Amino acid sequence: MSSLKGKDVISIKDFSKSDIKEILRVAKRMLPIASGERKDDSLEGKILATLFFEPSTRTRLSFECAMKRLGGSVIGFTEPTSASIAKGETLADTIKVAEAYSDIIVLRHPNEGSARLASEFSSKPIINAGDGAGQHPTQTLLDLFTIKEEFGKIENKNVILLGDLKYGRTVHSLAYALAVFRVNLTFVAPQQLQMPTEIISGLKDEFGIDAYQTISLEEVIPQADVLYVTRIQKERFPDPAEYAKVAGTYKIDLEALKKVKEDLIIMHPLPRVDEIAPEVDCTKHAVYFKQASYGVPVRMAVLSLVL
Amino acid sequence: MEELKVQPIKEGTVIDHIASGTALKVLSILGLSKSPTATVSLLMNVPSKKYGKKDIVKIEARELKPKEVDKIALIAPNATINIIRNYKVKDKYKVKLSEIIIGIVRCSNPSCISNLREPVESKFSVISRKPLKLRCYYCERELTDIIENIVI
Ligand SMILES: [Zn+2]
Repeated sequence: MSSLKGKDVISIKDFSKSDIKEILRVAKRMLPIASGERKDDSLEGKILATLFFEPSTRTRLSFECAMKRLGGSVIGFTEPTSASIAKGETLADTIKVAEAYSDIIVLRHPNEGSARLASEFSSKPIINAGDGAGQHPTQTLLDLFTIKEEFGKIENKNVILLGDLKYGRTVHSLAYALAVFRVNLTFVAPQQLQMPTEIISGLKDEFGIDAYQTISLEEVIPQADVLYVTRIQKERFPDPAEYAKVAGTYKIDLEALKKVKEDLIIMHPLPRVDEIAPEVDCTKHAVYFKQASYGVPVRMAVLSLVL
Repeated sequence: MEELKVQPIKEGTVIDHIASGTALKVLSILGLSKSPTATVSLLMNVPSKKYGKKDIVKIEARELKPKEVDKIALIAPNATINIIRNYKVKDKYKVKLSEIIIGIVRCSNPSCISNLREPVESKFSVISRKPLKLRCYYCERELTDIIENIVI
């Protein structure tokens, strides 16, 4: 039996390297089932509750699809206004009710720490599908899966994380998870959006990883195996002119890709706005749509290991 | 040299070895700065062999509860608690900060679920003692201002 049976999936930090490797291994096995090529009904009779206190159609659909591909069924809500929450019910109470109706609960909530709280009130496993600016572990897992699929391994790759590294907490989890696999990390961001120092020192203290920080993508892109692009949000900048300057700097277009490795892959958690030009989509470097499609097999792996 | 410039107390608690300048905060988190009845003596910047200077708080006719001692440990980690009965020190111990801090400080992240109307107490793990750093069990953020967020 898997060590993940019955476990909550709250933060990527709750998982050991071997846990993560097991999830990635099972995700690989799920690929033909996710695409509908092969049938599997190993979760028949199991019910997944999707409690989405804020909309995230992409994430919800991939969980529902994952459950149904494995023969399970789904209940849930996406409109908290119609649920009892609007009447002032606590999250703890909602969870206790959902626990009685289902075998596993996927929670998306605007407040940080809500999934951890939910796990205290449920004997059934909780999967965190994003809590405010907090964790989104299945996103991190599918990011890892993408690199593994493309290169066959994650270890020792040169990975650039680009964009808003200060506020994007999913990038923090990804940095942590990549450090588990001993990748060479480079952080590229405008001065005011650099990776927080406690993350940098955490990577050093916990993993002995010396991440390289710079504002110049040009300087580091020729060595990169993976370029992970994130969106820089306009609202972080007090001065719109400042934003325009910064946003333009990191525009990934064919020009920016002139001096890159043959097999460089470009990733993005999506949705993108204009940080990657559409002309890049048809290059062999673009893997972000494939990355998005891996949401299903990775979530299938998580569901089947936990249930 | 006269070490203590106030009368010894008959019954109560003496909190010794408080870092100099911190005594008022100790009074505040114990709710004594606003108490209309408590008899409290305060000594600030008295000479100390160990720390150069220290503060001392004497509270008459009151023994501290464990939760109060935990609060003191957060802001005065070197403090010593002396329980006085009939002018004699009946018990003497150093405050000790536990690994997990429950219900004493609130999370400084306003959108943390522990700050909402949920049936849980705040919970922090101590990630560093010197300097003191706490991490919220729920939102995983480091507490930015411990003293400001102590629940009185
Ligand atoms: Zn918190």
